[in-house]
Amino acid sequence: MHDPKLLLLDPADNVLVAIQTIEAGDTLTVCSQRVNVPARLTLGHKLAARAIRAGEKILKYRVAIGSATRDIAVGEHVHLHNMKSDYLPTYTREKGNQYGQH
Amino acid sequence: MASTELTGFLRADGRKGIRNGVIVAYLVECAHHVAREITHPFRERGAQLIGFGGCYPNDYAFRMMRALATHPNTGAVLLVSLGCESFDRGGLQTAIAASGRPVKTLVIQHAGGTRKTIAEGQAWVQKTLADLSAQPRVPMRLNELIVGTVCGGSDATSGITANPGIGRAFDQLVAAGATTIFEETGELIGCEDIMVARAATPELGGILRESVEKAARYYTVLGHGSFAPGNAEGGLTTQEEKSMGAYAKSGASCISGLIRPGEVPRNGGLYLLDVVPDGEVRFGFPNINDNAEIAELIACGSHIILFSTGRGSVVGSAISPVIKVCANPETYRRMREDMDVDAGGILEGRATLVDVGREIFDLTLAVAAGRASASEALGHQEFVLTYKSFEPSGPACHPTYQ
Repeated sequence: MHDPKLLLLDPADNVLVAIQTIEAGDTLTVCSQRVNVPARLTLGHKLAARAIRAGEKILKYRVAIGSATRDIAVGEHVHLHNMKSDYLPTYTREKGNQYGQH
Repeated sequence: MASTELTGFLRADGRKGIRNGVIVAYLVECAHHVAREITHPFRERGAQLIGFGGCYPNDYAFRMMRALATHPNTGAVLLVSLGCESFDRGGLQTAIAASGRPVKTLVIQHAGGTRKTIAEGQAWVQKTLADLSAQPRVPMRLNELIVGTVCGGSDATSGITANPGIGRAFDQLVAAGATTIFEETGELIGCEDIMVARAATPELGGILRESVEKAARYYTVLGHGSFAPGNAEGGLTTQEEKSMGAYAKSGASCISGLIRPGEVPRNGGLYLLDVVPDGEVRFGFPNINDNAEIAELIACGSHIILFSTGRGSVVGSAISPVIKVCANPETYRRMREDMDVDAGGILEGRATLVDVGREIFDLTLAVAAGRASASEALGHQEFVLTYKSFEPSGPACHPTYQ
């Protein structure tokens, strides 16, 4: 089972969506495991619902929204530092016109 | 759910309407004021205003007006022309008369100006409303119902509450035999592969992919961006994830076909409406606002529109009721009167996606059975129609018709 602050959009998904702000240091239940959240997560950000291997598809709404660029532990924040688009590079403000490639 | 008894107004083409309005339609902006004045005293009794503002001819606008004037929710039509515009008022009048509906055309230049036309128009609307009130309702089945969906005023909550909630309701509607339509190919960029896998035939899959590629080219010419840095701050990572938020409204059913504005799907199932014009970029943005998209969904036969909003849109529409599904619980509390469904309860542990999907499904049936949606009760009757150019779709777009 998952913490009520997390939403599983589809049973096939390997990520959970934060539906409330989760503060740094909070302990959450993810897939019946206790997980410490190292950094603050706001509404809409994703956590791994289970361990994800590098190269594995990230599934949300039962579809691949990209793939993991390295191994991701259960409960870890899933974002541009550990996943990428299979479609086209994502532009981020920090990286300017280098695009968010890893 | 299944016990909700639907009834409708039977039209000569066999379709059934869930409303029975008198539509007053201006055929050029120059006739807009007169048409509005004719409608105004009867606006709470079923008279509604639509129109096309342009003076130059446009096949798309004509087909849209014909589809709306012969929509099953339309009971009768008054056409208001200035007299010198190029709109084919005779052709439209003939098409409406052939559909078995009461129709009248007033030409302001012939009728003797503003006051005389308003008086004549109001007398016709008053009599026609009385005539329509005597029309009987007949039983209607769910496989005779068409439901469209659109999103507007989206925020970070839209893709995780209201849109997947509408997707669940769409799945239930399709399973019950109804027809559903989603649209805005420009918001599906990145979902091509996912969509192709859901197409009824490989050939249709190719057509769906082409429609998204066409949208991408069109929006590139217009300089309209897709994934913005702010999206990543809101938790989104990739173009395909962002598009999935909007695409989630379509649910998980097989995609039965691709339609163009004014084409009415048959046989139930889920359809994608291609809203981006064909050919070179002309006339500006494909749809200038949410109501332009709603008008196209209605022209494709939609009896009801499911509208997802996070920031809080208030619009309704002429002809077909709009149901507001509010994604954000704070918006819902602030604008409660304008909203029909509080999908944001998912964020506060008050509801699950399954609950919200079922609530939307049940409310869709209740509104079909006659209950006024929030925007309908508040008198919203927005309508807009602009210039576009489309080629008709080929048989491969409708593999389930064969």
